[in-house]
Amino acid sequence: MEYKDYYQIMGLAKNASKKEIKRAYKKLARKYHPDVSKEKNAEDKFKELGEAYEVLKDPEKRAAYDQLGKKWKSKQGFTPPPGWDAGFEFSGGNFTGGNASEFSDFFESLFGRQFQTDKMGGHYGHQFYAQSNDRHAKIMIDLEEAYKGTTRTISLKMPKLDQLGHLINKLHTLNVKIPKGVKAGQRIRLAGQGGSNLNNGKQGDLYLEIEFNKHPYFQVSERDIYVDLPVTPWEVALGSTISVPTLGGKVELKIPAESQAGKKLRLKGRGLPDSPAGDQYVILKLVIPPAKTAEDELLYEKMSQTMAFNPRTHMGV
Amino acid sequence: MPNTLKIVTGVVLDENTRLTLVELCCLGKTNAEYIFELVEEGLLEPEGLSTPDWRFDSRALKRLQKTIHLQHDLRINLAGAALVLDLLEEVEELRRKL
Repeated sequence: MEYKDYYQIMGLAKNASKKEIKRAYKKLARKYHPDVSKEKNAEDKFKELGEAYEVLKDPEKRAAYDQLGKKWKSKQGFTPPPGWDAGFEFSGGNFTGGNASEFSDFFESLFGRQFQTDKMGGHYGHQFYAQSNDRHAKIMIDLEEAYKGTTRTISLKMPKLDQLGHLINKLHTLNVKIPKGVKAGQRIRLAGQGGSNLNNGKQGDLYLEIEFNKHPYFQVSERDIYVDLPVTPWEVALGSTISVPTLGGKVELKIPAESQAGKKLRLKGRGLPDSPAGDQYVILKLVIPPAKTAEDELLYEKMSQTMAFNPRTHMGV
Repeated sequence: MPNTLKIVTGVVLDENTRLTLVELCCLGKTNAEYIFELVEEGLLEPEGLSTPDWRFDSRALKRLQKTIHLQHDLRINLAGAALVLDLLEEVEELRRKL
């Protein structure tokens, strides 16, 4: 078990006032709130913060912690010295926002588990939230996986009581089917696969939010796929039939003669599966071949002489 | 024993999802009075004129769950939560377009 420096977690000096502690908590809570924050490990940080605040805001717990803290450094291996809390009486101050069942072993070894969620004092929402053990997670999948459907193995840490009644974190692993046609931002609800509430035994649900990995050349908007397709000047000028990648494999696309760069062509029903399926849009991106040889140069030379084309006439130059 | 794991199938909450008031309460683990407050605040906008006809989409469930979290963790009032949700949705939308 690691020693946790609650002052360091909250960015506070050891002599911080009650007001400073409260202010630091509010500020960091906004920063690391999992629904708001884009920071990595926001959820873990938020939990850690809740735990730190739980101790520091309560004068009794803080005093006991301070007494203990003189000898220890953050992350150092830790076992509570026997009788460390002699002379301290914990009356169990109200809980703030931290979910008691998710406090660290370090916290528990010091303050035990006598603080149950039903003691959570507080304001709005408590009564609803306290019963909910829903878990939320994001999963990243490739566009190809969304097109075909896939299965994903997901591991979640679940607090559980062992036979002796100790709280342990058990790894809960499950294979989840990701049906084809899922889209970014959609969620899959897995009934009964969330955490179990240690107080009332009720099983929560697991929500998985779909996000797409960045694809090397496909972009996605809702159910439609966009791709920039490099083409040569003669392919667009003369018209041609060329191969285009789609999520379902190569297809042939006819480019009408005299197309311009930036032209958008639609491949109906080649987007993500749905009813109706999305479309794929192909945007022509003109690539000018470099003049590598004397012969190439001659060709460009010839074009400039015979084609007499000024693309800037509308600018009056 | 990951290879012996059963494959679990969930329900995709997509744009076709429609939930009644009772279903929304059940999934959000909350009560109807709380939903009424959110509708009054304009935080949830069900289809249908009267309460029995109310239908909520999957976005409503997400907004409800986030509101509960925000209220619980940050002590935000409903008007504030509504503002945060709208801004978060906008940010998500913009991020997706990046």
